[in-house]
Amino acid sequence: MSTPQTPLPQAAPPAWEAGAAPSHPGYTSPIPVVRTHLGHALASEWTKIRSVRSTMWTLGVFVLLVVGIGLLTGVLVADSGSDLSGDENALSLGFFGVLLGSICVITLGVLTTASEYGTGMIRTTATACPARGRILTAKALVFFLVAFTVTLVSTVLVALAQTAMLDGSGARQPTGGEWFKATVGVSLYIALLGLVSLLIGSVLRHSAGGITIMIGVVLAPLVIALFMATRSLEKVRTALFEYSIPNQLGVFYSSSLSDSGPSGWDPLWIMLGVAAAAFAGAWALLEKRDV
Amino acid sequence: MIEIVGLSKRYGEKPAVDGLTFTVRPGTVTGFLGPNGAGKSTTMRMILGLDHPTGGDVRIDGRHYHELANPLTYIGALLDAKAVHGGRSARNHLLCLAQSNGIPARRVDEVLETVGLTAVARKKAKGFSLGMSQRLGIAGALLGDPRILMFDEPVNGLDPEGIHWIRGLMKSLAAQGRTVFVSSHLMSEMALTADHLVVIGQGRLLADTTMADFIERNSRSYVRIRTPDRERLLDALHAAGIAVVETGEGLLEVDGGSPERIGELAARHRVVLHELSVRQSSLEDAFMRLTAQSVEYHAQPEPAGQPWGAHWNARTAAPAASSGTPPAATPATTPTTTPTEG
Repeated sequence: MSTPQTPLPQAAPPAWEAGAAPSHPGYTSPIPVVRTHLGHALASEWTKIRSVRSTMWTLGVFVLLVVGIGLLTGVLVADSGSDLSGDENALSLGFFGVLLGSICVITLGVLTTASEYGTGMIRTTATACPARGRILTAKALVFFLVAFTVTLVSTVLVALAQTAMLDGSGARQPTGGEWFKATVGVSLYIALLGLVSLLIGSVLRHSAGGITIMIGVVLAPLVIALFMATRSLEKVRTALFEYSIPNQLGVFYSSSLSDSGPSGWDPLWIMLGVAAAAFAGAWALLEKRDV
Repeated sequence: MIEIVGLSKRYGEKPAVDGLTFTVRPGTVTGFLGPNGAGKSTTMRMILGLDHPTGGDVRIDGRHYHELANPLTYIGALLDAKAVHGGRSARNHLLCLAQSNGIPARRVDEVLETVGLTAVARKKAKGFSLGMSQRLGIAGALLGDPRILMFDEPVNGLDPEGIHWIRGLMKSLAAQGRTVFVSSHLMSEMALTADHLVVIGQGRLLADTTMADFIERNSRSYVRIRTPDRERLLDALHAAGIAVVETGEGLLEVDGGSPERIGELAARHRVVLHELSVRQSSLEDAFMRLTAQSVEYHAQPEPAGQPWGAHWNARTAAPAASSGTPPAATPATTPTTTPTEG
């Protein structure tokens, strides 16, 4: 069943249409003409991202995963009464939820650009705004801010809950710096990972392909490293481990899987570099290709 | 005004648009006609800057599309009714377009009212019928109240009421002094709406003329005769110096002939007639002949300078007794004809 066809308004045309027909050769609209800038594109992209259900779904599941898994691990560790070994602090328990949740951010990132190609909406978008770089910038900014905000709120909630749960269980009290890394740092990293996904979606123009590739990028290095048992490949194996996205994410919780490799804020700079390169590539391709 | 100069687009080796030059003028409805795959949509996509031309230039009111800061207020286009994110409501779809061009949000409700979608403004575009999607696309084109409007096959998939509405809309938009450029592969549709015609085939310009001129040059009126006494009538017509063409199934056609004269002639020679009628070949036929020729042009180039439709002049002048197979250029069977309209 299709939605019922609405009756046609054959009645008098609205005022703007009936307005004094100017003489040939031109028609002048009563609508004020403004010179558009990035702000207009941002408003447009904000309307777009909030008006589709996939945004609500992916972000909803993300919050559910991050907060749910975070609270669950908190409860389990608190119940078992086990001491968190040596240097660990309560914040590090947030890692698992964020790692799983990153898949949602990747999905939303790819969908933000690629779904426009799937539906054909991109032709309408590019017609409305011929400055294609502006479209990409607006999409990237709006998405980044949404992803960052949602991740920040979730990670702060989880961090507060976990430190409260594990208070007195022997876990070391996290320092201010650790707090900052486990909330703001992680949120920046996840938002940048989503941004790279958005740019990959723009390059590939295919939702399923983009999501698959990005999940592969997250998981493959770890899985491949697991099977590199040979001694001759030891170095490659270590590098794959250290620079895999889960391990780099762990650096923010100081629960890295290895002791060497990226440390401190390194993962963020690495992801920032990747995002910048992807942005330049996506921009160039967008300008060059036909829509 | 849309100015197209030497516009070309090739995909690999295959040219989709090949050196098109024409101008779409304000205040009229310009029909853009061509069979499927002639390059109409590609041309429109290049006008909108979606595709980069391989050669040539397109300008809108003297400027390139990408130079327009708020293009929706210059040119509104409906290319593909399905170029919408199905999960977004009609209103939000138009709202994001309006915002990107700095068009006030109240305008969204105005255009929804104009196209008759107010009742489903908050419904997802996914559930829209093709007709409703077309209306949503037209709402998007009208959003910026632009001086130029471009529609690609707007009546496709519409019910008769919708088609009627579109025709009226296009005419009223042109009457306000706007430039209206509308593509179709249906000649009959264009005959009802367009004032000017641009016909293309295989990416090349075949005709750029006014509708009235096209009709005058291409609507062929002829007298159709059906008789059991073919040989005797042929002799009689011959003797009277009337050129006649046999079109198979025992039918005879006299181009531009007078039925009175032929009837009297038949009566004088006591030839029984089963049919004597004035017919007019439709514009659809004229269009088919025009575009069919573009295919021939590709296969074996004809001498330059031969105007389109030349075959028909040749046919009129063909010897009357050309029994058997007609010249190769003319259709072997009777062209589908329609009785004189109006």
